[in-house]
Amino acid sequence: MTTQFPVTGGGLPTGRPAGTSYDAGTDKPLLQISDLEVSFTTGVGEVKAVRGVDITVYPGQSVAIVGESGSGKSTTAHAVIDLLPGTGKVTGGSITFDGREIVGLPRVEMEAMRGRDIGLVPQDPMSNLNPVWRIGTQIDEALRANGFEGGRAERKERVAGLLAEAGLPDAARRARQFPHEFSGGMRQRSLIAIGLAARPKLLIADEPTSALDVTVQRQILDHLEVLTQELGTAVLFITHDLGLAAERAEHLVVMFKGRVVESGPARQILADPQHPYTKRLVSSAPSLASRRIQVAREEGATPDELLSHHADGEETRRRPIVQVRDLTKVFQIRGARPGASSDFTAVDNVSFTLPRGETLALVGESGSGKSTAANMVLGLLEPTSGVVEFDGTDVAGLSPKEQFAFRRRIQPVFQNPYGSLDPMFSIFSSIEEPLRLHQVGSKKEREARVRELLDLVSLPASTMRRFPNELSGGQRQRIAIARALALKPEVIVLDEAVSALDVLVQAQILELLGSLQDELGLSYLFITHDLAVVRQIADSVVVMQNGQVVEYASTDAVFDNPRQQYTRDLLAAIPGAGLEDAKIAG
Amino acid sequence: MLWYLGRRLLQLIPVFLGATLLLYGLVFLRPGDPVAGLGGERGLPEAVQEQIRQQYNLDEPFIVQYLLFLKGVFTLDFGVDFRGREITEVIAQALPVTFQLAMMALVIEAVFGLTFGLIAGMRKGGWFDGTVLVISLLVIAVPTFVMGFVLQFVVGVELGWLPVTAGRDPDFYTLLLPAIVLAATSFAYVVRLTRTSVAENLSADYVRTARAKGLRRTQVNGRHVLRNSLIPVVTFLGADLGNLMGGAVVTEGIFNINGVGGTLYDAIIRGENVTVVSLTTVLVIVYIAANLVVDLLYAALDPRIRYA
Repeated sequence: MTTQFPVTGGGLPTGRPAGTSYDAGTDKPLLQISDLEVSFTTGVGEVKAVRGVDITVYPGQSVAIVGESGSGKSTTAHAVIDLLPGTGKVTGGSITFDGREIVGLPRVEMEAMRGRDIGLVPQDPMSNLNPVWRIGTQIDEALRANGFEGGRAERKERVAGLLAEAGLPDAARRARQFPHEFSGGMRQRSLIAIGLAARPKLLIADEPTSALDVTVQRQILDHLEVLTQELGTAVLFITHDLGLAAERAEHLVVMFKGRVVESGPARQILADPQHPYTKRLVSSAPSLASRRIQVAREEGATPDELLSHHADGEETRRRPIVQVRDLTKVFQIRGARPGASSDFTAVDNVSFTLPRGETLALVGESGSGKSTAANMVLGLLEPTSGVVEFDGTDVAGLSPKEQFAFRRRIQPVFQNPYGSLDPMFSIFSSIEEPLRLHQVGSKKEREARVRELLDLVSLPASTMRRFPNELSGGQRQRIAIARALALKPEVIVLDEAVSALDVLVQAQILELLGSLQDELGLSYLFITHDLAVVRQIADSVVVMQNGQVVEYASTDAVFDNPRQQYTRDLLAAIPGAGLEDAKIAG
Repeated sequence: MLWYLGRRLLQLIPVFLGATLLLYGLVFLRPGDPVAGLGGERGLPEAVQEQIRQQYNLDEPFIVQYLLFLKGVFTLDFGVDFRGREITEVIAQALPVTFQLAMMALVIEAVFGLTFGLIAGMRKGGWFDGTVLVISLLVIAVPTFVMGFVLQFVVGVELGWLPVTAGRDPDFYTLLLPAIVLAATSFAYVVRLTRTSVAENLSADYVRTARAKGLRRTQVNGRHVLRNSLIPVVTFLGADLGNLMGGAVVTEGIFNINGVGGTLYDAIIRGENVTVVSLTTVLVIVYIAANLVVDLLYAALDPRIRYA
């Protein structure tokens, strides 16, 4: 079998002019999904994940499927490439590719189509490369599986070419490295190289950048866009981020609970959403929302008033709850041989102040030292130098007993709601554990407190008897917040607490955090890489880069008038940042 | 890498000293006088007993005996046992047989365990998986001496396919049946470990990526599922080599093999401290060496593991 593998270069034959429209009457669709139904067999019978979905993709077109997790968007995409997980099965409808029916195709024929006709760029770059093979080997596999003609040397050259094309510098050397030696962005570039290796006509990009930092995300999406346009590849984007979808695709398909609720040109949907679900999506997309959530403040209550019941004087009220001065943390990295260890400064001379009842955001890319700083504030890491003062007391000088008491006053909520709850603990035990540890109240009183906490985070009391695996990501994060609130802390450290959640759930949690702050007078230290979220929740912002504070100002000042180039880059990288004008213009 | 190897080998010194001291202390603390038992019913004359004690340094304090033992180790001269045989010779006779037996058992459990586990893991819930599950439970549940005698009787006596006992200087053929018996229990564990590991890896994201590339099923299984599934199995096999060598007493007894197990048992009964400690120390070193090999194999299987 001979296959042509066009190489990108100067004059490309197949180009997709920007803004091309597709006429269903004259163009032949590349992919046509009609009335597709997909079901999963579970213990309680068949569950329909996709119910009657119609999607059409024309050659060279970019289409995005938008929806929250569980909407069936990924399932639809996996049905197209016949890689449904577990017990998933197409139970109705048809999928045609280039006029050929895919559903029910024999395994061998489907294997021949994968890679060559339909490529896939999967969601999580961390888990999608086999850790035991070199990057080059894994790309080489894609070439050989799809009939690339040529010897070892030619393939090696082609692998380097593909990696370079995906935007990886020094590609020939990189090909000899292993996935664990790559950053998330580099791995995603490798996966793009794999997906495009055999020049497929359709590329399925399943949340290709949701696990990456915003700045990296933007570079990779830009690159993917240029590349697929040059090659004339049609792209089927799967994403939960409406801003990103509208920016990257010509045509949007909005899915909700296994059905398509709305579809049409991206700008049109953004400007004039018809379905109530789409309207909610448009209004709650963090990248499009503009102002801080101020639930109680709008009703006239100020945090100061609300605080007065546990502030016992003017002096205490004025004093910031957390004050960090010249905080530095140096890690020793063990070298390959004795004596070869080196120092790594994760946090470098950082100072900031968290006033009572306010929210301070620590922003930066991964590796900027924001989580390390937070761990030192929590007292989980010992600073190399510098001072963390909590309510006027230096945390470092605490005796073990005082430290135990200090832990009651500051509580964390972590990023991954799936990982931070013990799967063997019922929800009740998870929330009750801190109360039990600190010997608060009798058994009866503790149960009453758990009920109260669940009510506070808007979950029914019946949730107590359930286990983490029975709850959704958003519900679990509510549980994590309830657990953090159990001991009535004054400060909550939220370490990427909403980053793993869908936009709608994210908006709900942010709203919950806002109302809890006003109700209980809490102070938040909010750690995130997502500036769009910062705008909705924070009063002031600390921007960190390589362990140092590069900008520290009020939220409005940072957003309206960023002083540092780095901050401007971060702001520009928010997906859909440039869409607000389009929304207004209609 | 070399640094790592060097450090690991240096670690052998404290392990060796600690193990021998502990073992020597334990056998020394054992009640009863080995010399008094040598003469049978009538007993030996006091003067002869005294002479034997002097000859074997049994009248010295504990620490002196231990240091003399160490001197023997470093000069490779352990002395003679109560029957006048060179202890080095006793070890040299017992060790190769047991080593061969253990290696054969290891190969049997690795080859069959991995193959069966791989097939069962790929067709999880199928008839093959079910059958293998029942067999492995059965093998784990039946004690070695029962299985040993049953196989010896059925395969050796009734069917006559393999020799019934091994005797002196056994070859590959005569050791085959004992090796199968010895491997049985571990085989069951290897099957179940491989099955779980394969089933888990089959649903890994990188396996889906491999399929999305257009690789055929056999390629995906060979290159992406099997290699990644080997890592936990290798750990088990490495630790198991030590068990196979030291734990073959029952099997060696049933098939009349003159190996480490039998020799050790005899030496313990007789109170021949030097033989006991020497043989056990050799086993300790084999155990450590097996673990070192496992650690090095890790790096070959998984490039994420670096030696620092």
